Amino acid sequence: MNLEFTAEENAFRDEVRSFIENNYPQNVERAAVQDELSPDDMTAWHKILGEKGWSVPAWPEQYGGTGWTPTQRYIWSEENARVNAVMPLPFGVAMVGPVIYTFGNEEQKAKHLPGIKSGNVWWCQGYSEPGAGSDLASLKTTAVRDGDDYIINGQKTWTTLAQHADWGFFLCRTDPDAPKPQQGISFILVDMKTPGIEVRPIKLIDGGYEVNEVWLTDVRVPAENLIGEENKGWTYAKFLLAHERSGIAGVARSKRGVEQLKEIAGHEILDGKPLLEDMGFATKISQLEIDLAALEITELRTLAGEQAGKGPGPESSLLKVKGTEIQQRLTELTLEAVGQYGTPDFRSFPADGSNDFPIGPDYAHSAAPTYFNMRKTSIYGGSNEIQRNIITKMVLGL
Amino acid sequence: MDFNFSDEQNMVRDGISRLVREQYDWDTRRGIIDSDAGWSPEFWAQLAELGMLAAPFSEEDGGFGGGAVETMLIMEEFGKGLVVEPFIPSVVCAGGFLKHAGTAAQKEEYLSAIITGEKIFAFAYAEPQGRYDLANLTTTAKKDGDGYSLNGQKAVVIGAPWASHFVVTARTSGGQSDAGGLSVFIVAKEAAGVSLRDYATVDGRRASEVYFENVALGADALIGELDNGLPLIETVVDEATAAVCAEATGAMQVTHAMTLEYAKQRKQFGVPISSFQVLQHRMVDMFMEYEQSISMSYLATIKLAEDEATRKHAVSSAKVRIGQSARFVGQSAVQTHGGMGVTDETAVGSYFKRLSIIEGEFGSVDHHMRRHVALTAAS
Repeated sequence: MNLEFTAEENAFRDEVRSFIENNYPQNVERAAVQDELSPDDMTAWHKILGEKGWSVPAWPEQYGGTGWTPTQRYIWSEENARVNAVMPLPFGVAMVGPVIYTFGNEEQKAKHLPGIKSGNVWWCQGYSEPGAGSDLASLKTTAVRDGDDYIINGQKTWTTLAQHADWGFFLCRTDPDAPKPQQGISFILVDMKTPGIEVRPIKLIDGGYEVNEVWLTDVRVPAENLIGEENKGWTYAKFLLAHERSGIAGVARSKRGVEQLKEIAGHEILDGKPLLEDMGFATKISQLEIDLAALEITELRTLAGEQAGKGPGPESSLLKVKGTEIQQRLTELTLEAVGQYGTPDFRSFPADGSNDFPIGPDYAHSAAPTYFNMRKTSIYGGSNEIQRNIITKMVLGL
Repeated sequence: MDFNFSDEQNMVRDGISRLVREQYDWDTRRGIIDSDAGWSPEFWAQLAELGMLAAPFSEEDGGFGGGAVETMLIMEEFGKGLVVEPFIPSVVCAGGFLKHAGTAAQKEEYLSAIITGEKIFAFAYAEPQGRYDLANLTTTAKKDGDGYSLNGQKAVVIGAPWASHFVVTARTSGGQSDAGGLSVFIVAKEAAGVSLRDYATVDGRRASEVYFENVALGADALIGELDNGLPLIETVVDEATAAVCAEATGAMQVTHAMTLEYAKQRKQFGVPISSFQVLQHRMVDMFMEYEQSISMSYLATIKLAEDEATRKHAVSSAKVRIGQSARFVGQSAVQTHGGMGVTDETAVGSYFKRLSIIEGEFGSVDHHMRRHVALTAAS
């Protein structure tokens, strides 16, 4: 047993650290701090990494992967989290990409993988529906074969950043008479510019717009956009959900969050001393760090299993539950740390840039919106209740 | 022992409950908080007309002879409707200072106008560096002729954009966090040297940073004793804390009810999600948190009139318990609503946000826990 990195791994860390320092776009860094990311900001780093050949590290090398070991990938995500990098969006890189290279045909690979890799094509995920959330298999959106096309009708929801998407991957019902709901579903790629698609942004409780309703009315899609076999889409969807969950622990990002929390608690003064030195508050931060250490080692054990050729299994549900609980706890403590200046809604501040009358420290402005927004993490990607059900069945065998 | 309300108190409760139900439904509230003004002067006028702004004051002060219980009943109903109008700043806080320490002339000029709704007060006590410590003040009122000259900044003054006047806490002597040397003043918003930076709050209200620069105050602006304001400030803030605790219980009740309703209607896997035991138990826990909160709201309200140590002990106990419950109930409601819970369009998100901010209002859970520990050690 050994938790140390090898000399090669340390050299790798130095290499990626200096690449990030020299190439991470500073305007994106500023925009991220101010919580004002434009669509261009969200893909800027992806595009730079695409040119470097580092945008899809986890993919097989034949499709553009870096051939990094899971440990190297872990170092990579740690180093990016150090600078709070806005990483490539997961919808292409971590979700549909692996589905396409695993289950797609050669034409589909040739057509779609390069755009995912370069960051030039923005993808969205058409899974959830108003009536199909935790019970995803009950989805009602239909795709009916008509000559060389499918005609899609239905409504998707919670579609993240669909307002900017070029392409989407959709789960559609192709056999309404299948004996089990999971058996009649197909996985179809859709050009978001196809007539009949309407994207309606949903305002969230933090005041931002990151998810959408997607309405599909007689959307005609070439049948060649079907991934794998008709009615086998559930298999591909499950494969994808396991991939989605493995990145969801967010350890590196939470570590960065703890550092930011400590900075804030170092600035806030309670009884003449930094809040960070208050036994009560410091204890809460320590508890969070301890929980995070446990999660980190658990994730490393999972990674080691992957390195030994074991794919992400139902254990990834543990990473999702604990990872999101820690992310949420971090936002609770940050809101507590900023005190009264968590109350002002910074979206209502005058936009004239005048700062004659500062409204509390800048770090306070995003505390409440982030706390509100991060409630989503125990709901999305399979709610934490569903994750516990998965562990109940798949791990405990109950 | 008697947990029943008097006939008069039941009338207040029924009246305010009906008014909130009929005049402050969800869409109306939305319209109010999205308007330029961000509040409803018409609703305030109705409250005045129904005597609600007079409810917690004695008859000799121009009120209806009620007190803290009336405030509790009103705030509970306001919590149910997420009413944003400034009952706590104007009636509970400013009204409280005048009730406890106002001169006959001050009551005549200000308290009667608070009751009629003609004057609206905000309570400017917190400062950027204060972190819930009522005595940690850098705002100063220096003797200047017969009166005072006021300088300083007040942070997150709730309702300030709607106010005609402020009650301001300031240091008249002593060092930054000394218990002595504090005084309380009435300041007109239109006085020279008063400036505001207004903004919305994340829970749908309005507030301001308020700046005082060489504001000239007359000798009659002082409420209570010079240099010995802290006991008075603590009394009024404890009353306001009890009021916000009552507001929280109202908000929790509605939050729990709407969660139950949603769980019964929402179907997944062919059955209502309310049939899942893991969600049933979560809703049971929400119910228990709510019931415990009601008890603590009663406790704080009843003990307000007792000696200082008893009062502080009860109020801090209530704020700790209710702050914790507010977080649990709000988060659980959002979780049970799933994706709908994090959208702006559903009411549950607004209740969650209000409950989240209530956690820190008039002192966070940690602040009141520390006060509770200190009081326990001293007794």
